[in-house]
Amino acid sequence: MGKMNMVEAINLALKQEMEKDGDVIVLGEDVGVDGGVFRVTEGLLDAYGEERVIDTPLAESMIAGASVGMAIHGLKPVCEIQFSGFSYISFHQMEAHAARYRARTQGRFGIQMVLRCPYGGGVRALEHHSESREAYYAHTPGLKTVIPSGPRKARALLVSAIRDPDPVIFYEPKAAYRAFREEVPEDEETFPIGESEIVREGKDITFITYGAMLQRTLDAADTLQEEDGVEAEVIDLLTVSPMDDQKFTESVRKTGHVVIVHEAHRSFGPGAEMAARLVEKSFLYLEAPIRRVTGYDVVIPLYQREKDYIPDVKRILHGARETLEF
Amino acid sequence: MPREKIEIPGQIDHLSILDKDGNLDKDLEPALPDDLLLKLYRTMVLGREFDARQLSLQRQGRIGTFPPITGQEAAHLGPAAVLRDSDWLVPSFRETVAELWRGRTIESILLANNGYNEGAEMKPGMNMMPISVPVGSQVIHAVGIAWAMKYRGTDDLAMVFFGDGATSEGDFHEGINMAGVYDAPVIFVCQNNHWAISIPRSKQTRSKTIAQKAIAYGIAGIQVDGNDILATYAAAREAAERARSGGGPTLIECVTYRLRMHTTADDPKRYRTDEEVQGWEKQDPLLRYQKYLKAKGLLSDEEIVSISDAIKADIADAVKRAEERMKEIGDPGDAMSMFNHAYAEMHPYLKEQKDRLAAELKETAKEGDNG
Ligand SMILES: Cc1ncc(C[n+]2csc(CCOP(=O)(O)OP(=O)(O)O)c2C)c(N)n1
Ligand SMILES: [Mg+2]
Repeated sequence: MGKMNMVEAINLALKQEMEKDGDVIVLGEDVGVDGGVFRVTEGLLDAYGEERVIDTPLAESMIAGASVGMAIHGLKPVCEIQFSGFSYISFHQMEAHAARYRARTQGRFGIQMVLRCPYGGGVRALEHHSESREAYYAHTPGLKTVIPSGPRKARALLVSAIRDPDPVIFYEPKAAYRAFREEVPEDEETFPIGESEIVREGKDITFITYGAMLQRTLDAADTLQEEDGVEAEVIDLLTVSPMDDQKFTESVRKTGHVVIVHEAHRSFGPGAEMAARLVEKSFLYLEAPIRRVTGYDVVIPLYQREKDYIPDVKRILHGARETLEF
Repeated sequence: MPREKIEIPGQIDHLSILDKDGNLDKDLEPALPDDLLLKLYRTMVLGREFDARQLSLQRQGRIGTFPPITGQEAAHLGPAAVLRDSDWLVPSFRETVAELWRGRTIESILLANNGYNEGAEMKPGMNMMPISVPVGSQVIHAVGIAWAMKYRGTDDLAMVFFGDGATSEGDFHEGINMAGVYDAPVIFVCQNNHWAISIPRSKQTRSKTIAQKAIAYGIAGIQVDGNDILATYAAAREAAERARSGGGPTLIECVTYRLRMHTTADDPKRYRTDEEVQGWEKQDPLLRYQKYLKAKGLLSDEEIVSISDAIKADIADAVKRAEERMKEIGDPGDAMSMFNHAYAEMHPYLKEQKDRLAAELKETAKEGDNG
């Protein structure tokens, strides 16, 4: 297929799944004629028509709630919330119903739907366009929360999400949408939801991260190698919830040092869950306190100060050296 | 009689005072003093020129994405102009001219549009909310503000703006319903500019008008030509009298058109035709109003030029001041300030985070000195 950016890769996943399965429906604000404000759904309306690619009225609760209804009747909706900052309007439907129907009906109705939304900083936009609040979803039993870090994984994970029998929140790091290209195979590719991946091997320190933070964490790992002779292992979480703790547990048992990097707020962020699992499962292997390099517990500032809020290579290195020197 | 017609109270008028060519309906002319008429004109020109200036600043990378208002000046200035200082204005994000009318400065708008949190600073005593980005969410705040006004025994009112797209959100319906049930002094102003990004009005609601939704909630409603400032003013004045005298809320639908892109990140060519836009350019609210003022002997061709030149000069000065302020704040700005308003009092763990960032920045600065 050649090299693709994340927008093109997600588009490919949607196209191929729609082609293959007539029950896959795309709905959301501006997803049809406009092809989505980030062009992720470009071309779908022309290919599959208005009954399968729905330009909805401006109402997020309806978008999620209608998706729940479609799923109950056997369709496989992939709905788009234009920005994660507006997904809280649909949160009620996701929490009150999508997440619960399987349990409520003793297994009769699983809600096979995907709620996609761009999240995170980096687009020089107005307020509500830059948050990273995946923890709201991760904290909700019954939902799965997936965050790809690059084009190839985004495509594979979205295919898996569409086929997953449970509701999946698919958070797309908009800073990574067009940041780089990757080889994406034409042939179908999936990646299991609930599995993390070791993307760089090392023996001295473990980084755990996901989404747009992966690239800068890899940069920090390279710098550690060059400047400090430290071999860092980097784990891309990929699914925030249910969290795969096996790979990072094994890694930290080997390295004894760990730094968690995320854009989300610090308190009650995904890093807090990772730290808890590490203490539960690897306490005696830790050679230094767990370090978190995260967003702060404040509303993310408008874009002039965004870069002071979002972890950068310097802050990641700082956290790593602190734990290594402990 | 098992089945009979229910008489539903309420009806919806369409109000137009200056027609599409700027011809006046004498009987409906609101008798406004000359100085007010001219002040409205100048503010409309300011809005139009400021929009053009912001577009060029955006293209030069000197500000970020912003929502242009060209073509909608009359739709939001007319209603806002009936407010007293003690009333409240609750904007969405496409009421720049109303905000300027209420005293928001060009500098603050530029700061906000260039990603500085300082842009939201409000002068104390200015009864206006900052822009609200989540579509429709602000509608309910106006109801709460109005409730407080009633509770305090004033005859003030709250005026809230929103778009045609916003009328699809639950918040719009919840707000208007609550206001109706308790006769809250609110004026709900919908700027129906025909588009919500790429979605046409016809895909927001099957209703013939947005104004008729008032009937469902048992409140007064009216549709006005939103490109006619006399009509938008007159309709709002009537609604204000109703609200102040305990007659409850009104829904005003201003039928207008967004002549430019949704925001500078949008490409309208993907979803609408040039012919449609050109059709609306002919109904320009500013040209219509100029014609009216000229016919009244309040404005000459020379004054049209001199007013516009003076306003452009004012805008240029304001841009200079804003950019000086940006420099003063520094780019990327004092990072520490993001912690300042998280809570009335900073909690200890946040203080820890702030101190840590300060130490890290200091270290980086030192490294910079050495290298
Ligand atoms: C709750 C919410 N959903 C989506 C968006 C993204 N968005 C911003 S403006 C807009 C369209 C708004 O249309 P309308 O209400 O007609 O106002 P207009 O932009 O035309 O002034 C959308 C979808 C948002 N800001 N808030
Ligand atoms: Mg609109």
